[in-house]
Order: sequence, then C-alpha cells, then structure tokens
Amino acid sequence: MSNQHSHEHGQHEHGHAPSTFKGYMTGFVLSVILTAIPFWLVIDNVFANSSTTALVILAFAAVQIVVHMVYFLHMNTKSEGGWTMLALIFTIMLVVITLSGSLWVMYHLNNNMMPGMMPESAHAIHEMNEMP
Amino acid sequence: MSEINATSDGVMSADPSARYYVNEHHPENGTLLGFWLYLMSDCLIFACLFATYAVLGHSYAGGPTGAELFDLPLVAVNTALLLLSSITYGFAMLEMQRKGLRNTLIWLGITGLLGAGFIGIELYEFSHLIHQGAGPQRSGFLTAFFALVATHGLHVSFGIVWLVTLMFQLRKHGLTPENNRRLMCLSMFWHFLDVVWIGVFTFVYLMGVLT
Repeated sequence: MSNQHSHEHGQHEHGHAPSTFKGYMTGFVLSVILTAIPFWLVIDNVFANSSTTALVILAFAAVQIVVHMVYFLHMNTKSEGGWTMLALIFTIMLVVITLSGSLWVMYHLNNNMMPGMMPESAHAIHEMNEMP
Repeated sequence: MSEINATSDGVMSADPSARYYVNEHHPENGTLLGFWLYLMSDCLIFACLFATYAVLGHSYAGGPTGAELFDLPLVAVNTALLLLSSITYGFAMLEMQRKGLRNTLIWLGITGLLGAGFIGIELYEFSHLIHQGAGPQRSGFLTAFFALVATHGLHVSFGIVWLVTLMFQLRKHGLTPENNRRLMCLSMFWHFLDVVWIGVFTFVYLMGVLT
C-alpha cells in the first residue's frame, strides 16, 4: 500500500506541466520575429521621428518578454499553487517603482540643482549682480 | 497509562502512509519555487542597474555617445546566439523528459558553446571599447553601461560553469530525480538571462543608437 503510494507520487515528480516541442518552437519563432523587427526599425531608420521608434521598440520588448515568460519559463497562474505568479507580480511592482521613481527624482534634481550652470539662470545671476 | 501508550503506538503504526503522504506532498516543489524567488531578487538587481543606466545614460562628459560606439550588427549576432541557446536548452529539456541521456548531453553541449560564443563576442566588444579609450572610467554613461552589461555577462559565465558541472554530473549519475531538478533550475536561470538580454539590447543598444 505504502509502496504503491510513493510510486504514484514518483510519477508526478515535476509539478510543472511537461514542456512540448510545439511550445518551444512557437516561442522561438515568435521571439525571432519580435527581435528582428526592432533591429530592422533602428538600422534602416524606418520612422523619421526617433521617439516613435523608441516607443515601438519598447512595446516589442514588452511583448517579447511576455512570450519568453509563457513559452520558455512556462509561467501560468497555476504553477506552485499560484505562488510564482504572485512573486512575479510583486517583483514587477518593485521594478516599476524603482525605475519610474529613479527617473522622476533624478529628473527633478537635474532641473533644480546648480542654477549657475544653466544658461538662462546664469544670465539672471549676472543681472542680479549688476542691479545695485 | 498503559492504555495511552497502546493507543499512541497504534496510531503510529496504523498510519505510516498517511504521515508519509502529508510529508511527501509539499517539499518536492520547494526547490523550484525557491529558485524562482532567487530569480525575482536577481531581477531587482538588474532593475537597479537599469535605473542607473536610465539616469546616467546621457551623461557623456564630453566623451563618445552610444551612437558613436555601438556596433549593431555585432549586437544582432550576440542576440541571435543567446536566442538560439535558449531554444537548444529547450531541446535538452525535451530530451530529458524522454529520458535520452546522450541527446540531453549533446543539446546541453551546444547550448554551452553558444553561450561561450556570446561571452567571447561580448569580451571582444569590451576590449575594443577600452582600447578606444571608452572604458568604464570615461563617463557616467560608460560606467553605467559596463556595470549593466558586464553583470549580465557575468551571470551567463556562471551559467556556463553550472552547465558544464551539470554535464559531468549527468554523465556520472544519469538522469536521476536530483539531476532532473537541477536541470530545471538551470533552465529557469538560462531563460531568465535571455529575458534580461531583451531589456539590454532594446533599452541600451537600440535606444542608444537612436538618440
């Protein structure tokens, strides 16, 4: 009885769903396409406006990251009872706070620091010195 | 007194399978979940390096810019190598599921070679940059660039060391449950590094050439 039990559990050793050839190939083909297009956009200068290109290639990167997560890392809401997904969501939250917070704070610091270095404020200081 | 002893003995001997069942059910997945949590903390390290690069990426200090330094065809070759190594590792995992030890080892070997090629090209790029006088000490931009890209390269190098170690263990012990678990952990590590590289080639190289 107990032997049979342990044997049954041995069969389900991998908590993850078995990966398939089709899954890996789908992920691979998708990521080749999603990699080739951004390189083509930048090397051939397809869009005249560079900030349009930047937004488009960032969107491609985001989609490709999701493709890798699903087809290569086998992410789903059920693996490990949902704990991997919860950890991933928490990490994404921290990453967003780190990136947007750093950019926001440092942008304001650059704007507000060292007024003497900015061209217009240097001019203002010059006028103030001549005033009295 | 003796009655209590008797009943507790009875419980112990009557239900070994029930206790076994309870103990067996949880720890098998513990390693993979724990490794996933490690990867998430590694992700935070890369987030900090990306944030540093985002802040310092335009602090050229009068030195060379990304548009002048980066060689996109070389980066494209590097990206292709890493992407190919991801799919060959996937094939190794499929062979592992089919319990084909020889083919698993062959695909792992190919994955290792592709990873080594990636590291080789990256080292060539670094030495080329340093030779041009664009080393990490040149400007804030280059400091952030070297910190981010070299940390990723270091991860890939350690992945290769792990992969070679695992190949020796596989050859010695075969596809045991322990080795299968190790292969699955390395699979997550390897694919995770590919995900980080997507961020690097998009955010650092492509957008660096753009502006």
